[in-house]
Amino acid sequence: MKQPEPRGPVSSLLLETLSGPEQRTSGSRELIAAVDEAVAATPDLAFDEDLQLTLFCLFELHYGGIDGVDDSWEWHPDLISERRRLEQAYESQLRSAVSLPALPAPTSAGVAAGLFQLTGDDGGPSMSRYVAKTASEEQVREFLIQKSIYTLKEADPHTWAIPRLTGRAKAAMVEIQADEYGGGVPERMHSALFAQSMRGAGLDDGYGNYLDAVPAITLASSNLMSMFGLNRRLRGAIVGHLASYEMTSSQANRLYARGFRRLGYDDATAAYFDEHVEADAVHEQIAGRDLAGGLVEAEPALLEDVFFGAAAAMTVDTWMTEHILGAWTAGSSSLRTSSTVSA
Amino acid sequence: MDRRQLVVAYVVDGVRMSATQRDAYDDDGSPDSGASPSRPLSGPRQTIVAFPDGPLLVRGDFDIVDPDGKPLRRSRKTVALCRCGASVLKPYCDGSHKLIGFKTEPES
Ligand code: FES
Repeated sequence: MKQPEPRGPVSSLLLETLSGPEQRTSGSRELIAAVDEAVAATPDLAFDEDLQLTLFCLFELHYGGIDGVDDSWEWHPDLISERRRLEQAYESQLRSAVSLPALPAPTSAGVAAGLFQLTGDDGGPSMSRYVAKTASEEQVREFLIQKSIYTLKEADPHTWAIPRLTGRAKAAMVEIQADEYGGGVPERMHSALFAQSMRGAGLDDGYGNYLDAVPAITLASSNLMSMFGLNRRLRGAIVGHLASYEMTSSQANRLYARGFRRLGYDDATAAYFDEHVEADAVHEQIAGRDLAGGLVEAEPALLEDVFFGAAAAMTVDTWMTEHILGAWTAGSSSLRTSSTVSA
Repeated sequence: MDRRQLVVAYVVDGVRMSATQRDAYDDDGSPDSGASPSRPLSGPRQTIVAFPDGPLLVRGDFDIVDPDGKPLRRSRKTVALCRCGASVLKPYCDGSHKLIGFKTEPES
């Protein structure tokens, strides 16, 4: 991924530190002091440009890396320490903001039914209905840009969970992920289908190329999954997160496909959305019963975290949708800079 | 070892589905002791999971064909077949069963 522009003192210090060689000693301690100060001062971490970008870059070291940054920075203790401080603050913000439903019995059937109910009750604003009926060409391009931050690496954050699962839950996760990764056909990978949609809409399909354009809340949505996926302690939450994504996907993607066709885009551009209608109708069943249900039957203590992960996914994505639709209905762009959006 | 082949065909939503089943039975006709009833390791046996209030999930080695035996469009290994009738992607499920409140059990 190319180096992003810093958005404040913490991200600027981080990017500056990363551009040098890894320091084996604790030369980057001032990073930690800067993070502590910024975390204490921020009114809302989910919407904090500087801190969400910092967290995004710290996670990126575990994915594809950042151009010009030495790979050996990945496990530097000061960076891990910085990441943990941000994760703890973000997790505690979400633990208090997210309301959990009454928890079902810790059985596969109970967990599946509870998750279907939670995800079916979503009364938030609907991006998919807006795209289907109202969005302009400019707005659907923005929508793709916002979505590209996660979707060009679709499935990767949940894959971190595989070695932390066993038995039925693991087999279910692998079955879902194999399908996400195209079942052995690179062009069918969901991230590749999404890149094809971006090209079809005249956009750059390089991973992270629109990073500078997207607001903090878009990074917060991606960071949520990376945090759940990279912490074994939160394996219940990443499983719940995936289940909620699968369960809210089929109908939404049918509407997205309709919106793209309404605007005259071709089948290749809509293919990503068409694919998800069918794929996620399969995945949601496996995710509810075998993945989430199987995990809770094996580890009943994770019941609450499964529902926390699902509810947190919905909460953060509702914030993101509110931000985007809010900007559009006010007649402005949902991006930080629209200069990057060229057709 | 000489294995038998078993072909299963039945009708789902007007579409005949045939499943070619290999290796699931030993020579004496008794079920293969190695086959797991729910999650095959190497695809020796097909399973159809009937999800409450939802689709039929079919896993394993099988073909989905029309009444003339022509293969239908298929883009994944494990498929969900609609049994509520509301899908616009039949024979596959598209999640519409949730919108119409499809119930597999009669309300008690
Ligand atoms: S069973 Fe899912 S749409 Fe019919």
